[in-house]
Amino acid sequence: MRRFSLGERWVHRGTAWLMVVCVLSAACLYVPQLAELVGRRALVVDVHKWSGVLLPVPFLAGLASRAFRADLRLLNRYGAHDRRWLSAVRRRDPRPAARWAGKFNAGQKVYAAWVGGAVLVMLGTGLVMWRTELFPLLWRTSSTFVHDWLALTLGLVLLGHIALALRDPEARRGMRTGSVDPEWADREHPLWRR
Amino acid sequence: MTTEHGDAAHAGDPAAGRAPADDRGPARQPEADGAPVGRRLVLGTLALGALGVAAAPPLQRGLEAFLGAASDKDPTGLTQLLPNGGGFRYYSVAASVPRKDTSSYRLTVTGLVDRPATYTLAELRAQPQTRLVRDVQCVTGWRVPDTPFEGVRLARLLDAAGVRPDARAVRFTCFDGTYSESLTLQQARRSDVLVALRMQDKDLSHTHGGPARLYVAPMYFYKSAKWLSGIELTARVEPGYWELKGYDVDAWVGRSNGRSDDPTA
Repeated sequence: MRRFSLGERWVHRGTAWLMVVCVLSAACLYVPQLAELVGRRALVVDVHKWSGVLLPVPFLAGLASRAFRADLRLLNRYGAHDRRWLSAVRRRDPRPAARWAGKFNAGQKVYAAWVGGAVLVMLGTGLVMWRTELFPLLWRTSSTFVHDWLALTLGLVLLGHIALALRDPEARRGMRTGSVDPEWADREHPLWRR
Repeated sequence: MTTEHGDAAHAGDPAAGRAPADDRGPARQPEADGAPVGRRLVLGTLALGALGVAAAPPLQRGLEAFLGAASDKDPTGLTQLLPNGGGFRYYSVAASVPRKDTSSYRLTVTGLVDRPATYTLAELRAQPQTRLVRDVQCVTGWRVPDTPFEGVRLARLLDAAGVRPDARAVRFTCFDGTYSESLTLQQARRSDVLVALRMQDKDLSHTHGGPARLYVAPMYFYKSAKWLSGIELTARVEPGYWELKGYDVDAWVGRSNGRSDDPTA
């Protein structure tokens, strides 16, 4: 059964690739061993800046898709079952009945919103570091501080996102092909109104 | 919660039949209802980011002090990977840098001089050595306190080559094949400008620009070109690699590049 349209999948794909390029180039700028291996600092800086600035583009392009806008609406709204899902995770309650979810479970909703906000913060602080002539010095050092620490946090959160995807082949199939097994949908997303 | 529906209201809901039976099951509701928590989370994250920028100076001071102390006692070196974790960071603009050792390293002094010279590493080591202990300040913000550098005063090599009267500046080239730097002749003659052979009381490693690098104590660290291989006297300052990309040529710490760090000399 259908889970994601072509437009929704391309938003994910575009964002994912830009994020991979952005994170890898960041690592080559930041981790000494990688910096030593790769060199070419001016080029890597350019790759990092442009992949970062383009990161919101797939999202903005996706707003043209009705299905994607519908997803955003679902990601925004939290019902009683979402609160219950989150408290079950906190209590480590493994019962499926405690983890009912609509098309997106509460974890996916929190992840989407946090990453959205974090990317905007990275973009803002990154622009201050890029166009140094436009901002006072204190802004630059402060932005560097937030950019560095948030990068580390974002990297760990992305690893968590990828690890959870690796654990669930059917969820990956949904994002890759657009279709999922109905039994999987009943089990993982019982409140999803198709 | 804007709307809540009992199970009965959604008897036709396809999910109702299949969802696990549980008395404490959540009330059915149209998915798109409910509180707009997602938007609040996005805005909250943004607000936290802005707050982080505003509170950065005291936060950074505290973290630097803590991590600086922690990295002294950290045998794994993991604290070095944290932002502001202390220590040097490796920057190279070249694709790859050849390694030079005692037998293959040469330093040339050319340009507007009476006696062009080529030095081996042994010849440089045989010259009188000067040891300086200063902070290292990078223009990207990191600072390494009290770092000993040891080597030959650049002024000594310039005098030995016999600088001609029409020379006004010095251009430095590196065996990475890409990097270059420059100083005015007056700056180059300062007593705190060295061709450094040792750092932190060890021979300069390849990573830190060994076997020999420039060390310009009073300026941002990009002036201290690594892998130094050529000293050329020129009639005027020829901007170096980063300077062609917008960095200041006169890179005094605290008085250039729009920064206000404490001076290092």
